[in-house]
Amino acid sequence: MIELQNISKSFGDRKILDNISGVFQKGKPNLIIGASGTGKSVLLKCIVEIVEPDEGCVLYDHRNFTEGDRNLKIEIRREIGMLFQGGALFDSKNVEENVKFPLDMLAKMPRDEKYDRVNLCLNRVGLQNANKKMPSELSGGMKKRVGIARAIVNNPKYLFCDEPNSGLDPQTSIRIDELIRDITYDYGTTTVVVTHDMNSVMGIGENIMFLYKGLKLWEGNKDEIIRSGVKELDDFVFANKVMMAMRDK
Amino acid sequence: MKDFGKYFIFLGNLFVNRESFRTYYRLTVEECVLIGINSIMLFALVSTFMGAVTTVQTAFNLVAPYIPKYVISQVVREMAVLELAPTIMAIIYAGKVGSSMAGNLGTMRITEQVDALEVMGINSISYLVLPKVLASLLMYPLLVILSIVCALAGGYIVAFFASYITPTDYVYGLRYAFNPFTITFALTKSVVFAFIVSTISSFKGYYTEGGALEVGQSSTQAVTTSVIAILIADYLLAQLMLAA
Repeated sequence: MIELQNISKSFGDRKILDNISGVFQKGKPNLIIGASGTGKSVLLKCIVEIVEPDEGCVLYDHRNFTEGDRNLKIEIRREIGMLFQGGALFDSKNVEENVKFPLDMLAKMPRDEKYDRVNLCLNRVGLQNANKKMPSELSGGMKKRVGIARAIVNNPKYLFCDEPNSGLDPQTSIRIDELIRDITYDYGTTTVVVTHDMNSVMGIGENIMFLYKGLKLWEGNKDEIIRSGVKELDDFVFANKVMMAMRDK
Repeated sequence: MKDFGKYFIFLGNLFVNRESFRTYYRLTVEECVLIGINSIMLFALVSTFMGAVTTVQTAFNLVAPYIPKYVISQVVREMAVLELAPTIMAIIYAGKVGSSMAGNLGTMRITEQVDALEVMGINSISYLVLPKVLASLLMYPLLVILSIVCALAGGYIVAFFASYITPTDYVYGLRYAFNPFTITFALTKSVVFAFIVSTISSFKGYYTEGGALEVGQSSTQAVTTSVIAILIADYLLAQLMLAA
């Protein structure tokens, strides 16, 4: 479980996040949604502390990450897996080396076991024969899948995904969403997904947090979202015709 | 001033929360190949021609008949050892290696590869930059030695094929009144310049913000700032080590 307590962040005079609190539950895909520029990615970066929040704190299973000492931060970071928007694969390493990297750096296990684990994770994301390919040879969807394999190779307790569907075709998006959902259920990870894709919201949104101009305006699940009664959320959810048709039906 | 402080904090971060010795050893060897081995041809070519040109130009200026011919190679030796090999080559080193370091780290930053390391609990500054600094400190002095040898060889080639000075006089001049301290001075400068180029370039690359345009700007800034720092350090070192 991850708990956010009054997170605020400004860049210069611009307040990006204003007093955000909430709980992300274990074993469920938790979604942070909102239009572009509402602070979703900044919130995610504050949670993993790539960006330091100005106020508030983040608790990982009751351990205060924000105010913790260096050792605690390293300990928690090593329990985190993260999928970045563009995959963030290391250009100089091939797929296998990219996925093996967290094991090389953080785990103490025999070499063969590492390769078994890498192959297991690549199988899990459907990339059995891509071990020796370089990131430049991969499509957008493959990069994301390698990113997921790298994120889960160390059996993380917490999985973060920043816009996992951006730039992907609808079919690949659905496959990525299903993969994230299955991994969350199978491994019991606390998964946090930042997205503005309504297909993802309706597909895997078990616990949804809606951000609007840096404020948390609503929290609920995919069944409640179409009847929220919050104007800003309705404008976001029913921006496309399919969702409008669903509401009218 | 803010950047100056940030640079020193950056240097401090090179040595905290380090990874295993084996990791750094492997990365440093990789960087040595990138920085050192891949620069040999450029350094050899530039130095040989600099030595050759210096010989011709010195001979052109020494027209008085009472100045012995071997003075030409003595001048070439002093110029190569004291300034051409450590300083001028450092500027070329900043252009080749420094811009590459800044570009590489800048690209890693804007494509979130640096963030990926941080999220894993790895000190990205130490992991990415320390091997570059170590490799630079190891390889640049070797490149400077190569550069001195090539510059002197360039002069010898001129002596052999042209009529300004005989090869015998050239070799005599190289050995005449040689002060070994000049080599110590050159190597000291090479270590300082290697540190300056690798840390400034890495600093500029590491803190790149934006996109491809900014990566290019970081590379340019890395070279410009490194060159200015090299020239200032060059004067300070000369004043410290050579002034009577």
